[in-house]
Amino acid sequence: MGERGRPVAGLRAYRLVAGMWVRSTMTYRASFVMTTFGNFAATFFDFVAIMLMFSRVDALGGWSLPEVAFLYGLSGTAFGLADLVMGSAERLGRRVRDGTLDTMLVRPAPVLALVAADQFALRRLGRVTQGALVLGWAVSRLDVAWTPAKVLLMPVMVVSGCGIFCAVFVAGAAFQFLVQDAAEVQNAFTYGGTTLLQYPPSVFGKELVRGVTFVLPLAFVNWVPATYVLGRPYPLGLPGWAAFAPPLVAVGCCALAGLAWRAGLRSYRSTGS
Amino acid sequence: MGAGRLYAAVAVGGFRRYATYRAATAAGVFTNTVFGLILVYSYRALWDERPHLGGWDQAQVVTYVWLGQAFLSTLAIGGGGVEGELMERIRTGDVAIDLYRPADLQLWWLAADLGRAFFQLLGRGLVPFVFGALCFPVYLPSDAGTWVAFFVAVLLAMLVGFGIRFLLALSAFWLLDGTGVSQISWLAGYFCSGMLLPLNVFPGALGEVVRVLPWSSLLQAPAQILLGDADPWGTFVFQGAWAVALLGAGRLLQSAATRRVVVQGG
Repeated sequence: MGERGRPVAGLRAYRLVAGMWVRSTMTYRASFVMTTFGNFAATFFDFVAIMLMFSRVDALGGWSLPEVAFLYGLSGTAFGLADLVMGSAERLGRRVRDGTLDTMLVRPAPVLALVAADQFALRRLGRVTQGALVLGWAVSRLDVAWTPAKVLLMPVMVVSGCGIFCAVFVAGAAFQFLVQDAAEVQNAFTYGGTTLLQYPPSVFGKELVRGVTFVLPLAFVNWVPATYVLGRPYPLGLPGWAAFAPPLVAVGCCALAGLAWRAGLRSYRSTGS
Repeated sequence: MGAGRLYAAVAVGGFRRYATYRAATAAGVFTNTVFGLILVYSYRALWDERPHLGGWDQAQVVTYVWLGQAFLSTLAIGGGGVEGELMERIRTGDVAIDLYRPADLQLWWLAADLGRAFFQLLGRGLVPFVFGALCFPVYLPSDAGTWVAFFVAVLLAMLVGFGIRFLLALSAFWLLDGTGVSQISWLAGYFCSGMLLPLNVFPGALGEVVRVLPWSSLLQAPAQILLGDADPWGTFVFQGAWAVALLGAGRLLQSAATRRVVVQGG
């Protein structure tokens, strides 16, 4: 298999394995419907908490409910898609511990594709749906002067945000090559990241905002582009073009995560039997 | 006396078992700290808009956040206690071995869960709480009596938490697969215990209802004692009543369930 063929082979393997899991899930339709609903409800409660907050106040950090819902919807949709595509990679530590990673290494397909497609869970669409519904509600309530650039930015934000979160999942999986028991560390950046982005940047300390803008650039999932769409100033005074940077940031993050994954995989030593 | 020593040994075993996975504990501490930070900032923004919301000032609500992070795994509010293992044993039939032992099923698992809870309190709860207390202005009582009352409330919360999760686990005798029930219970626990938002901030009738449900014994009750916001004796009675009711229901359900057990050959 040549180097150029690897992405294609990876996508093909991903499609085949994921398709197999979807067929297997659909054997138990009632269970699928219930777990998808559960997935929807679990994230819905996050939004209920925000609505309860707004039952006591009119603004949070100077942002109204539709504006916060806009952030919530973007973050939830982007993270939900990444969780659907890459979420299974967080099981890597367990696979290293019980030795089942070895069976993936001998298969003629890129390991990352196999790890990510393993136990592909279509029920995670519940989270995506919930995020998209909140986003739709927010857009219908917002008073934004839509321009072609802002309209174009919407799908770009969701896709780039998904890319950034996918990179976090892959980097987290790579970290588990080093510390197999530490799967929970990445929850701080995946689930923690999406929770952080649900609230306006004005709520958080400057240092924290700087950290998620320049060090771990989660801010490009929604904060930076969304402040542009809403016509609000970003706390750090970034230049105007930064709102259109998410695709570049996503590509950069994925490249770095890919390198981390390769380094992790190279350092892997099987536990043996 | 013999029985007491048996359950003490089971509890110590539960403690040591969870203490074995140091990297996992460190990872959990890190994650709890990050979530605590996010919640502290968002709650402070809420209290900036409405000072004295729910009768608390900013320092009190910051303390509440770090208590929540300390209790999340201790009281297994989001799952992760012994109930998952018990469910699996019921599903596979291994529970027959547990019933064969000269020990009571409920007390055995209660002891194991208390051991686990004490480890999680020390191993996972303490560090985020100390971090929060050092990095943010927090409200901490200075009299020893309040702290003693607080720890009594924590102990009662552990009993109530186990009471809920034992009922949940026993449902596997009828349902076999506990995934759906666990998910619902996890959601209810998260929402009704005050992990998402302190229960004294819930508006109107919704607030009235969630404050009398058993989940309010878990985080809200000990927190209100520590924050000097509740009468300890009234709180103990409330928590104790739920603990007795839930553990009693668990006992009834256990005897109903064990009459049903049919160990299939093999």
